[in-house]
Amino acid sequence: MAAIHDVMPMFALYQPESVDDALRLLDQFGAGAWTMAGGLDTFDWLKDRTKRTEAVVELGNIAELSGIKEVDGGLEIGATTTLTEIAQHPVVRQRFGLLAEAAGLVASPQIRHQGTLGGNVSQDARCWYYRAGWPCYRAGGNICYADTPTAINREHAILHADRCVAVSPSDTAPALVALDASLVIRRLGGERVVAAQDYFVGPGRDITRMTALRPDELLTAIRIPAAWAGAEFYFEKVRDRQVWDFPLVNVASAMKVSGGTIQSLRIVVGAVAATPLRLTAVETAVAGKPRTPETAAMAGRLAVEGAQPLEHNGYKVPLMRNLVARAIRGAGAATT
Amino acid sequence: MTDVVRPGGVSRRTFIKGVVAAGAVASSAGYLLRTTLVGQGGGASAGAVERLITLNVNGRDRRVDIMPQETLAMTLRYKLGLTGTKIGCDRAECGACTVLLDEVPRYSCSVLTHMARKKRIMTIEGLASADGTLHPIQQGVVEEQGFQCAFCMPGFVMAAVGFLKTHPNPTRDELAHGVSGNLCRCQDYDKILTALSRGAELMRRG
Repeated sequence: MAAIHDVMPMFALYQPESVDDALRLLDQFGAGAWTMAGGLDTFDWLKDRTKRTEAVVELGNIAELSGIKEVDGGLEIGATTTLTEIAQHPVVRQRFGLLAEAAGLVASPQIRHQGTLGGNVSQDARCWYYRAGWPCYRAGGNICYADTPTAINREHAILHADRCVAVSPSDTAPALVALDASLVIRRLGGERVVAAQDYFVGPGRDITRMTALRPDELLTAIRIPAAWAGAEFYFEKVRDRQVWDFPLVNVASAMKVSGGTIQSLRIVVGAVAATPLRLTAVETAVAGKPRTPETAAMAGRLAVEGAQPLEHNGYKVPLMRNLVARAIRGAGAATT
Repeated sequence: MTDVVRPGGVSRRTFIKGVVAAGAVASSAGYLLRTTLVGQGGGASAGAVERLITLNVNGRDRRVDIMPQETLAMTLRYKLGLTGTKIGCDRAECGACTVLLDEVPRYSCSVLTHMARKKRIMTIEGLASADGTLHPIQQGVVEEQGFQCAFCMPGFVMAAVGFLKTHPNPTRDELAHGVSGNLCRCQDYDKILTALSRGAELMRRG
């Protein structure tokens, strides 16, 4: 654990009451601004002095950013809606249970009461070298401390690493990609909507950022289309401790099955790569196949093809393989 | 920065309360919060925060002078003298600092005090009735001797009180899940659950 300092270094705090006011502040402070929702990722960085900021723009007073609306058979979830609200919301549970389940497995009750969906999908990488302030690639340097012969890298990536081997630590992100969600991003005078799978950025595209969000932009809402409402969902999170912990590997899938045959599938694995990893090869391979243990085993094998474990995270390969197979078999199947 | 030496023979709790009561907050804050007053007052932009704010703590409005980066746990302990709220990890991991904001358990080490404005803050000190009658959860802790060192006790009690507001009749497993955001360094979880279950039973009896 990092050294405990008494409090965070001084910053100016702004609590705007509208998105427009927030965007003006982000524009005014530029790179010096730090957008904060629940704050649970923010405070570690500031307390540890590994990152500093001139001005914090706190979003908790912006009413238009919070709440769950039904839109065209789907949902629009405000970015600062808490994980507890999502996990307990009757419509989310009934029609998009995948997201409710993922949100309910994040961290601890107190954190879910405060942590937001927007924050959960926008949190920074959880590599302890990076978080301890080492000048690694992700921090703008030219080395990865987690990928050296003596590095401790049990939690790190097994797929698609590119210099940086940190993983996406979010539980809700794989669920949102599986549900084909899109994210609404606003800036002064403009708005863009990004598919969830494009929101997450791997190190090959930008090694210093986890998301497509630019400093002058605000994630305002997450839209979930009706397409997968009521589909057969599977979410499983494996972690060292059954509360609080980040995933070692998690899996989220949405499947349409008819007469024992898999019609279509979206399946996404978290904590194995820098982004939630959508397994399109698996999706294609199982479409039209009977839902059998053989299909599930084939999907698992296919999922981990090309995996390149580091010194201490080889266990993630069979873990991911089995989680993918379990997702295909479904919650109703006997687990072995 | 003036260094403050704790006088010998005075407990930490008494000392903190003494400092607060003596109105020495302004001089001690620089030590306790190890900061300077640069950058105060965020300018004229929309949403800039005031230094002097009102907090509703345990049913009373309290005026308090706070810094933008100050956490609620710090304010409660060092500005308002409410030392029942403990600071364990200061990283939203251990739960010792749990208080209720609008009846919902939150880690006060990871809430900016400014984020708690306009909310009803309830700490362990606010649970008992004005006549000293303990809250049923506190009574359950007393009856079952639920804790060893009890540093984590206020956090556990607040987490349980908040959880029981929405789940008044939990099973032992559900209650364990409800207080799963709290850690006990003595590993006394079984007795803690017995005490909290006893308290829940007393609550249901009214």
